[in-house]
Amino acid sequence: MSTLATAVMTSIRARVGAVVKETHDTFTLTVSPADGQALEPFRPGQFNMLYVFGVGELPISISGDPEQPEQLVYTVRSVGQATHALVSRNPGDVIGVRGPFGTHWPVEAARGKDVLIVAGGIGLAPLRPVIYHVLRHRDDYVRLLVLYGARSPRDLLYRKQLAEWSRVPDTQVLTTVDYGGLSWRGHVGVVTTLFRQVRLHPAETVAFICGPEIMMRYVIRQLEARGVAPNDIYLSMERNMKCGVGFCGHCQLGPYFVCKDGPVFSYQQMRPWLDRHEI
Amino acid sequence: MQAKSLAEILQEHPFLEGFKPEHVQKMAELALEVQFGRDQIIFREGQESGLFFLILSGKIALEVSAPGRIFRVQTLEAGEELGWSSVLGEGGKHFQARSLETVRALAFEGSRLRQLCEQDPAFGYALMKRLLKVVAERLQATRLQLLDVYAPRAAKLI
Amino acid sequence: MSANMGLRTPAFHITRAGLGQLIAALRDCGYCVVGPRIRDGAIVLDVLERFDELPLGWSDEQEAGHYRLSQAPDGVAFGFNLGPQSWKKFLHPASLCIMQAERHNGDFKILEHAKSAPRYAFFGMRACELAAIQVLDRVFTGDQFVEPGYQARRKEAFLIAVQCTRAAPTCFCSSMGTGPRAEGGFDLALTELPGGGGFLVEVGSARGTELLERLEHQPATEEHRCQAEQAIAAAAAQIVRRIDTHDIVRRLYDAYASPHWDQIAKRCLACANCTLVCPTCFCTTVEDASSVPGDRAERWRKWDSCFTESFSYIHGGSVRMSVKSRYRQWLTHKLAAWVDQFEMFGCVGCGRCITWCPAKIDLTEEVKQLVASPG
Repeated sequence: MSTLATAVMTSIRARVGAVVKETHDTFTLTVSPADGQALEPFRPGQFNMLYVFGVGELPISISGDPEQPEQLVYTVRSVGQATHALVSRNPGDVIGVRGPFGTHWPVEAARGKDVLIVAGGIGLAPLRPVIYHVLRHRDDYVRLLVLYGARSPRDLLYRKQLAEWSRVPDTQVLTTVDYGGLSWRGHVGVVTTLFRQVRLHPAETVAFICGPEIMMRYVIRQLEARGVAPNDIYLSMERNMKCGVGFCGHCQLGPYFVCKDGPVFSYQQMRPWLDRHEI
Repeated sequence: MQAKSLAEILQEHPFLEGFKPEHVQKMAELALEVQFGRDQIIFREGQESGLFFLILSGKIALEVSAPGRIFRVQTLEAGEELGWSSVLGEGGKHFQARSLETVRALAFEGSRLRQLCEQDPAFGYALMKRLLKVVAERLQATRLQLLDVYAPRAAKLI
Repeated sequence: MSANMGLRTPAFHITRAGLGQLIAALRDCGYCVVGPRIRDGAIVLDVLERFDELPLGWSDEQEAGHYRLSQAPDGVAFGFNLGPQSWKKFLHPASLCIMQAERHNGDFKILEHAKSAPRYAFFGMRACELAAIQVLDRVFTGDQFVEPGYQARRKEAFLIAVQCTRAAPTCFCSSMGTGPRAEGGFDLALTELPGGGGFLVEVGSARGTELLERLEHQPATEEHRCQAEQAIAAAAAQIVRRIDTHDIVRRLYDAYASPHWDQIAKRCLACANCTLVCPTCFCTTVEDASSVPGDRAERWRKWDSCFTESFSYIHGGSVRMSVKSRYRQWLTHKLAAWVDQFEMFGCVGCGRCITWCPAKIDLTEEVKQLVASPG
């Protein structure tokens, strides 16, 4: 059986290398194939179905460097039984990995343009591979703009990297929180309030957005008001997934299967469906 | 380098975008250049502060305190406004404002702005229109904040 | 109808006794023959060992929310139509263990699955059911990924169709372009001839030819062919329900805000009967369980339904919370989204959802109302 066929229906075994605590409820796991198999390279925005023995499978976005495919990196927020089981793995434990599945952030569409990344909360995780890619191929893109919002300062992901990225030339990294405390001297307000601090060139911008659906809708409204075309706006959608390969039917959103036709969609595709409730 | 006139500085502030030159001039006549150092309280909660500010540089935090905690609910930066309630002239401040770093701003006495609006309805209309826009944006942003979109929900199945 | 017979498919004739030989021959070839049988007051699909286990001479009364067995007119063998079960129960089992694993400390091993399913012979498939299998084929083997279990079971399956010579009031295959005549996709197709005159047998594959060789048969005469056509035409004439599928995809999408959905929601119980009886509904869920000592784990795949509240659960709530939104999802998927997804309708016009809805919701009637008042 080819590697591809195996990884579609049957998990490969992957050993947990490191578990890093990012915030009070979010952890980053780094895994690599337990038997040294060559993995199918992933593209930014794709996800794997991760299996914890006896508990079940979860769709988790890959948040590592696409040019280091031998290490699979996942940033997981512990919100329930299955995610808790995942983040409780210890280095040396083995989990199952299927995939990669799904559509990717079309970085190729942004060549020669500004890359605008707008992330909310855990939404920065599926976008980090784009940032890695742009930084590795800096000359292919003009400006890199990262707007990132989280609930509070203690919920911010990748703080050290955010600081590093902001020091790269032609790169603007703006961070905000919904509410802060005394020790937070940065911006406070929803992520849309950061738009006042960037000067967009709408015709030369490709935007990649990931976060809670409400946040994504409001960000898109801002982008449209500033003249960015629907075809230049991409978002990552999320629905209940059981299989990840289009057979269980759960992830349907209008005519789309989020696992096969997404999770990354252009706003052009999503536009008729985003404003419809209970779709 | 010649220092800019108050009118020139005002003209460049986003709040006055689209204002007629004569209206900008009238505001310039009421403007006072102010500066705050780091961690200065600009106004306190409940204070009957009558000042409206157009921020030129620096960062200001709006804070509210509860027993044992202080919440920062919003920050305002260059190109934004602080103290719109002073223009309406009703009641004390709902939040405390503190400069997080050195802040330069143009300050206006709310009562004098109101007086100007009464005397010159055309100016009054322009000012109120702009103020409404500011407040509307704040309201929408605040509603989004209230939604607490990042809050984890207890997930029973996953 | 008769235009189709211009294309002369090889046709033969067998007597009623030939049916018995047919089933015996299939079993001799190692097939597990499954077909219609009576159980609990309905015609279900189950293992057939002898041809007299078939519900020959039986018929059914079907209407919205109504199903009763009855007697067929004298001498008619296949006077019944569809029961609540469809062939998906064999190709896409309701409950299936899809993975077993063993734990060793922090590591685990996925056990090699002995994927052996019986070689099925489906006896008595109607045209709409053949169409339904083709719909499932497209979903499970004709899209981006292939479901190996379905593919294996499907490849082995021997399909014997029975051309409908009677339509139930709930049938609307002609609107969906799936019947009442089965044009292909079968190994053999039987048409019952009137007056106990045996069966016309159409051969649809080499496999079908081989099997026919094991039975007493003779070439079909013109008279046989003519009688068969007339019998099928009679079924077509009995169809009363219709759906206008012209531009239905756009019209259903546009009907998202129709007030009629609320009218349906007042009646719909979200009982999921329609999805259970539907021959093309394919949604499943997975359940992982481990043994008490925790050293073995299994994953079971089970039928699921978009009518359940938890189907669309994400982040602490369901996307489709209201029954209205769930019914809308099901209907829009079946007749609109399915076309965008798989370039065919999901509905084959079998009418089971109408018969088995306890609230008597009739999809053909609802569609009519929805496109009339899109809102």
